[in-house]
Amino acid sequence: MSAPPALEVRGLAAEFLTDRGPLRAVDGVSFAVAPGRTLAIVGESGCGKSVTALAIMGLLPPHVRVSGSIRLAGREIATLPPEERRRLRGAEMAMVFQEPMTSLNPAFTAGEQVAEALRLHQGLSRREAFARAVEMLAHVRIPDAARRARQYPHQLSGGMRQRVMIAMALACRPRLLLADEPTTALDVTVQAQILALIDELKRETGTAVVLITHDLGVVADHADEVVVMYAGRIAERAPAAALFALPQHPYTVGLLGAAPRLGRAAGGRLASIEGAVPDMARPPPGCRFAPRCPFRIARCAEEAPPLAEVAPGHASACWRAPLESVLEAAA
Amino acid sequence: MWVWLARRLGQVVPTLLILSFLIFGLQQLMPGDPALILAGEERGDPQVLAQIRAELRLDRPLHEQYLHWLGDVLRGDFGFSWRIRMPVAELILQKLPVTAQLATMAFLIGALIGVPAGILSAVRRDRPADWLANAVALFGISTPNFWLGIMLILLVSVELGWLPPSGYVPPTEDFRQSVATTIMPAFVLGTNVAGVLMRHTRAAMLTALAQDYVRTARAKGLPERVVVWKHALRNALIPVVTLGTIEFGRLLAGAVLTEQIFTIPGFGKLVVDAVFNRDYPVVQGVVLTTALIFVLLSLVADLLYMAINPRLRHA
Ligand SMILES: Nc1ncnc2c1ncn2[C@@H]1O[C@H](COP(=O)(O)OP(=O)(O)O)[C@@H](O)[C@H]1O
Ligand code: SF4
Ligand SMILES: [Mg+2]
Repeated sequence: MSAPPALEVRGLAAEFLTDRGPLRAVDGVSFAVAPGRTLAIVGESGCGKSVTALAIMGLLPPHVRVSGSIRLAGREIATLPPEERRRLRGAEMAMVFQEPMTSLNPAFTAGEQVAEALRLHQGLSRREAFARAVEMLAHVRIPDAARRARQYPHQLSGGMRQRVMIAMALACRPRLLLADEPTTALDVTVQAQILALIDELKRETGTAVVLITHDLGVVADHADEVVVMYAGRIAERAPAAALFALPQHPYTVGLLGAAPRLGRAAGGRLASIEGAVPDMARPPPGCRFAPRCPFRIARCAEEAPPLAEVAPGHASACWRAPLESVLEAAA
Repeated sequence: MWVWLARRLGQVVPTLLILSFLIFGLQQLMPGDPALILAGEERGDPQVLAQIRAELRLDRPLHEQYLHWLGDVLRGDFGFSWRIRMPVAELILQKLPVTAQLATMAFLIGALIGVPAGILSAVRRDRPADWLANAVALFGISTPNFWLGIMLILLVSVELGWLPPSGYVPPTEDFRQSVATTIMPAFVLGTNVAGVLMRHTRAAMLTALAQDYVRTARAKGLPERVVVWKHALRNALIPVVTLGTIEFGRLLAGAVLTEQIFTIPGFGKLVVDAVFNRDYPVVQGVVLTTALIFVLLSLVADLLYMAINPRLRHA
């Protein structure tokens, strides 16, 4: 038996109480990431990527009902009391958010904000923590880190702020880093630098990375494994190479722009697929992709397809998977 | 930053000039002839009237009166009270500390109640603590001070006999007595400030708590108390401090009714008496001092705003 995965999620669900009744933003999501590996979560906006990450962190507001199992290095954390859960945050698992411009507190210096986690989790003194924060900032390649540490967020560029966020997240060497579209708000060259930095730090520390993105180019370059989400559920889960070589879900096929009757891929971004994501408060019965699926059959609208293996390590939630023959017929 | 400061200070002078002009101008609209009032029994004697007018420069053109007055003010000479027969500056120096004491106590009471209540009600939004705080704030804001003052006197002084109903003792004379005579009016004024500060603190905290950096603070594993009292409050206080300074200015300008009810010999009482007696130099002096306090306090507010807002400090 090998060591347990850094993170293993099973049957994760998150239900918001809205004016229009309960809304399952995440519904039965399962995956695992080994130490030092990167799992990408892809999907259109609103499909539940952020809610998945926040549920793992335990950062959803209290009225959201979260269920399912979340294991961190084999230890079940979903059922921990909030106080114990809190102590894991920043120490064992950390998160980097999409919005570097607003994710740092404007009232404190970059150094203070990185040092705070070190003081909290490693019991360092103010001075030691600050010195260590400066080291961390230098480590994430912020030039002139000692000076930058004394500056406030508004004095830093977007890319630099995201580096500060990464320094903050990795300061206590967590087992797991959740990066929620960490580069979406940044320009292309900075994007590449930040992702390369995350890769490098991951190799160095053995941290497992969950990388949320809607950029398939990013997935191809940085992920070992991919989870494709659609309307709160997993559509397909596969090793990155297998997913690109042989997508096994019509939604993934659409994203890749591979099928002629679906959208076209534009510069690595998600290709646009005709139709809109379903209303999550009233999801369609059966397969949630059915209203947009060119391959649907009668059964699709009645019964939800389970996520099932079509090849070793390659799972798809589609009645018609494996898709090879279906795609050939369509071509 | 220094440029900003210089420019900000530069604004103070013209502001004060305009204010002095307005004060002097409005003064002319007040009905009644001061010479007649001052002449008293001898008001029938034109010679006496002419003499008084000459003394007070009332026979001069208005702009000359204004320039004279302004020149005197700049030299610290606020004129001479026509009624009390004392230099106005001296009168103001006598009354201002009384009001300043009252204002400071009222402000402390208001801030110590209002700010924590605002934080609490934001954190416990839409729960009983929030409803309670809101109800109390509404009470503080909407209850007329004179009514609350009278009720307090009736209850605390007349019924219970715990505190003197009126009068004033300076703290230099007897500190305990001084607090005893000012605590009720300070509380009356403080409830108002507390209500205003509570509402603004609540709004500012709700805004702050919804920000991304609060989520970052939680993602770091900080306890909720640190998230609220450090990360959110530090940002929420920025607008509250500005507002608090203005509230303090309002208190310093004199609480006419409250001072009247508790017979506190402060600024409010001074100006009311002066207006009824058409004691122009006193009215002008008091109003000008109040305006000066406001201008200076708004400068202080801006400086504080800058001190606690890094985005401006380095701009
Ligand atoms: N605060 C909220 N209240 C109600 N519904 C929410 C809230 N946050 C997210 N959702 C629901 O969860 C779904 C998934 O959101 P999210 O995880 O943020 O999507 P994304 O994949 O773009 O990160 C949204 O479509 C929305 O319906
Ligand atoms: S189950 Fe049916 S509708 Fe859903 S993706 Fe597969 S073929 Fe399309
Ligand atoms: Mg998102």
